[in-house]
Amino acid sequence: MTGADIAVAALEANGVKTVFGYPGAANAPLIESISHSSIDYILSRNEQGAAHMASGYARVKRTAGVCTATSGPGATNLITAIATAYMDSIPVIALTGQVKTGLIGKDAFQEVDIIGSTLPFVKHSYLVKDIRDISRVINEAFHIATTGRPGPVLIDFPVDVLKAKYEGGSDDEINLRGYKLQGRANESQIKKVADALKKAKKPVLLAGGGITCSGAVNEINDFVNRTGIPVISTMMGLGVIPTDDERFYGMIGSHGTKRANTILNRSDLVLAMGTRLGDRSVANAAGLENANKLIHIDIDPAEIGKNMQPYIPVVGDIKDVVSQLLPMLEQWHTPYEWKHEIDELRFVMKPRNNSEDNGFVNPKYFLERLSKITNSDVYLTTEVGQNQIWCANHFTIKHPEMFITSGGFGTMGYGLPAAIGASEAQSEKPVIAVMGDGSFQMDLPELGTMLQYNIPVKMVLFKNDRLGMVHEHQYLFYGSNYQMVDITNGSPDFAKLAEAYGIRSNTISENSQVDDAVKAMLADKESYMLIVNVSPFEPTGDALNEDKMKNAGKEA
Amino acid sequence: MEKYTLSVLCENHAGVLSRVVGLFTRRGFNIHQLSVGPTIDENISRITIVVKGDIYMVEQVSKQLSKIMEVIKIKTLKDNEMVKRGLVLVKIKSTPKNRGEIIEIANVFRANVVDISPTTITAEVTGADAKLDAFLKMVEGYGIEEIARTGMTALERGSNTLKLDK
Repeated sequence: MTGADIAVAALEANGVKTVFGYPGAANAPLIESISHSSIDYILSRNEQGAAHMASGYARVKRTAGVCTATSGPGATNLITAIATAYMDSIPVIALTGQVKTGLIGKDAFQEVDIIGSTLPFVKHSYLVKDIRDISRVINEAFHIATTGRPGPVLIDFPVDVLKAKYEGGSDDEINLRGYKLQGRANESQIKKVADALKKAKKPVLLAGGGITCSGAVNEINDFVNRTGIPVISTMMGLGVIPTDDERFYGMIGSHGTKRANTILNRSDLVLAMGTRLGDRSVANAAGLENANKLIHIDIDPAEIGKNMQPYIPVVGDIKDVVSQLLPMLEQWHTPYEWKHEIDELRFVMKPRNNSEDNGFVNPKYFLERLSKITNSDVYLTTEVGQNQIWCANHFTIKHPEMFITSGGFGTMGYGLPAAIGASEAQSEKPVIAVMGDGSFQMDLPELGTMLQYNIPVKMVLFKNDRLGMVHEHQYLFYGSNYQMVDITNGSPDFAKLAEAYGIRSNTISENSQVDDAVKAMLADKESYMLIVNVSPFEPTGDALNEDKMKNAGKEA
Repeated sequence: MEKYTLSVLCENHAGVLSRVVGLFTRRGFNIHQLSVGPTIDENISRITIVVKGDIYMVEQVSKQLSKIMEVIKIKTLKDNEMVKRGLVLVKIKSTPKNRGEIIEIANVFRANVVDISPTTITAEVTGADAKLDAFLKMVEGYGIEEIARTGMTALERGSNTLKLDK
């Protein structure tokens, strides 16, 4: 067997069905071996796309997604996508080719130190110099990527190791004495949490993406039902409680809803589960720290105390923590006065989504209709920018695995390839990629991938001829000095572009067209692009500045 | 800011040190001193890191280091519960006239004179930072040509060890 054969056999043994990638001389042996295996491959148009596809695939399948690239520029093209996966704790395994062992360090053609380049944002990485290590390394990579706090693992294979032949048995036993997986959470800490909850007058559960990683969505729903605790979430925690559910009070953070942020501030106990408490979620760390109201539960001990010092820290897997916590709270229920107080907020602060015709589609109204018509029973991916925040706040998300977005890293160009990956992972539910016309142009070559493999992604393209979020930022903070944000004269005719790829499209500009257009898109069996004209002055949020922003649009 | 001493056992692999050091840069922690060497088990190295900061920072350093796959065990050693030593080689300007004087100072600090030339004396001193600093201060007046100084390395006092769990 060649090194590549051994690697591919190990991939098969780890349940890999699809590899996303781009070939080159250094990973060619891998591609060759894959062609003789049970594994399918998908050729992307850029390595970054391949790694985002692996990420979308991983999020839907809840297993590791695998991508491959050749050495040098192939490998460096993966970098943004690896960092994206790292920030959202997604198990992506990147297999890179490397120049042959004897040339490493000589600045050979297409040589780059990809291990060094990715060091800060991989969970682990390997340079495999000995063919006998291949099986073990791949087994370890899958174990590391998918257990504990998940994350990306990179394996760099010098091409001579892939080409070498070896017939002896290899040691494929995982040997990771330095990998510290969390055992059961400390019972006395959980007891403290229960006691604090019993004393709390205004408790709230802050749901993060860690709940999804832990596979604890059902347990959290049960916990919320039994205790009546209101739930707010980070972006990665959206859908843990369905976002149209009355137990859910919105997303927090700079692009969250006013009512969710208000609840966070008014609460006297925050049960933060599986969240990094990042700067975009909680701007005022001191506010939480000083009020002694933060209970921080996370599987990664390093997250606790990183951004803020909790009142009660708990290190553990959410599923385990909830299973220990719930029995301690048998008689306890969230105080009704608090529920009453925040239910009033829900009423007062309900955002208004106008739906009259005025030459532009209201994207918020559009997403509400899209939710209704699909019953939200779709995988929805987003790009980054206004389109993302509109989706987060206005599309009803029923389950966190069905909302696929680049939360931590905010990577434009993520949504389309992630949608391709999500489509490859399952065929039961439609996959809808919501994009802005800026983000879409970062990864539009992947339309070719969709065409080649007949991947039926439904694309919703919000077209406002702007890099909308920065445009809004310049309106708010740079005195409307709009620079580097106008793409009116630099965008293709998107309908013709779709046609060039053999993709049907439709363009709408009025709210009254939304329902029919969405239904037609969903009825189409193949990939489809719905171009939705949106005002460049459509605000991102339902914040204080909404009316001001709209008026600025009228004056412009 | 206080100084903390971390003793880290890790796999003796290529690239481990760059993971450890890279983490400090990336997370904005400062390494004050660093020393690395093998242990009785040739597969394991010990890295001793002295960091400056507050207790929260040191806790965060320690937790982040733990996440490195090759880092097996970490302990923050307490000042009064460890033996900590560094070494300094110092080349001092000297003439035949003051050579004896310098050797006398060296003797007080239990420093070894390891080389002599017509114009210099090279001395070797081991000890904690305070002792090394004191010695350097004493010989400063003669003129120091060059210094090579290691980071601190440390062990716990008494029978406590940083052993791997079997």
